Amino acid sequence: MSRQPITEADLHAHVDGMLPPARAAELDAYLAERPEEAARVAAYREQLVALRREFDAVLDEPLPQRLHVPRLYWARPLLRYAAVVAWLTLGGVAGWQLHAYTADKQIETTAWARRAAIAHVVYSPEVRHPVEVAASEEAHLVQWLSKRLGTSLKIPHLGDIGYTLVGGRLLPGDRGPVAQFMYQDGKGQRLTLYVRVNPDDSRETAFRFAQEHGVGVFYWLDRTLGYALSGEVDKPELLRVATAVYRQLNP
Amino acid sequence: MSDLDGLIEQHIPRLRRYARALAGDRAAADDLVQDTLERALSRFHLWRQGSDLRAWLFTIMHNIFVNQVRSRARRYHESLETEPAADAVHAPEPDWLELRDIASALSRLPHEQRAVVLLVGLEQFTYEEAAQVLGVPIGTVMSRLSRARERLRTLLGGDFKAASLKVVK
Repeated sequence: MSRQPITEADLHAHVDGMLPPARAAELDAYLAERPEEAARVAAYREQLVALRREFDAVLDEPLPQRLHVPRLYWARPLLRYAAVVAWLTLGGVAGWQLHAYTADKQIETTAWARRAAIAHVVYSPEVRHPVEVAASEEAHLVQWLSKRLGTSLKIPHLGDIGYTLVGGRLLPGDRGPVAQFMYQDGKGQRLTLYVRVNPDDSRETAFRFAQEHGVGVFYWLDRTLGYALSGEVDKPELLRVATAVYRQLNP
Repeated sequence: MSDLDGLIEQHIPRLRRYARALAGDRAAADDLVQDTLERALSRFHLWRQGSDLRAWLFTIMHNIFVNQVRSRARRYHESLETEPAADAVHAPEPDWLELRDIASALSRLPHEQRAVVLLVGLEQFTYEEAAQVLGVPIGTVMSRLSRARERLRTLLGGDFKAASLKVVK
């Protein structure tokens, strides 16, 4: 049987159990005749055992608070700032490009979804003052925001899909007041629903999606109102919630 | 809870284990994990769906770690051009009586070698995956692995099983 020469790399692959059985058998035969090499391989194997013995316990340690994923979203102001800048930049570029090629209506659409995303980034990390009116005063919240927007608003209830209402606030939009409703799930992950009055109340659009810096937005127009749902969750999850919102508003 | 959180969360214990072995102490290791997770979350859109998330996370951690080592080295006005220099600053010759445990032996390896030993030995990456995480050719992985294991053997007092000590330089 002609053997390939045994290399240093083979010795390590043997230690790491990465050789096919036939080659591993050749290595064993080779080592049987060379006690010094065999001792070296044995020492390397001992190192593997020692590594596992020393560090495997870390796997079972409870995670400190600061390493819980939802908490990480809210941890660093810098991250939030980066997201705002990303959205501003994106809007600027997209708006400029659209200006060159397409109708004004589309520019306007991009711009308000961007405003929604920025409002999400600004308010969702708030610990003490995430909303102006809390969910405990829901009737008042609806009445107040309906009055300010000049139309009858409905607040979707998303408890069935794991999100409870935190409350809402009034914000300045580019053509008057807009409403923001905030929801959160059991882990503190927050979504915001931004609602504005459409300048052109006959339009309906399909869901559109934009994402930048981890913040995704689904937005659509539904006759008199425009909706933008923002969150730092993945696209399928955001779509699931957006669909539930749409269904509740269009029973 | 979103899928993204779940996807990333399942890798946290292993990221912690690797960081602990790489950085040495617990606080520094968890800092490294936290930085890694924050960066991963903020750049998640850069991850290619379907590619190996674990390799991606370890790559991020590796890059952050290397940057930390570099900025520390800059503070000490040390050059990283020659391999053993960076860690040698903090690594006086070992006390042979004390030096029997793997953690202190690891801390005396240059960080490039330590990373290879840990990715392969602890995290069981293949050599190709380790090369990808570290951004070096596979030949470099093999030579670092070889040097690191031999150095560890020396530091840990030579052969465990065979009594022969003459191999030790």
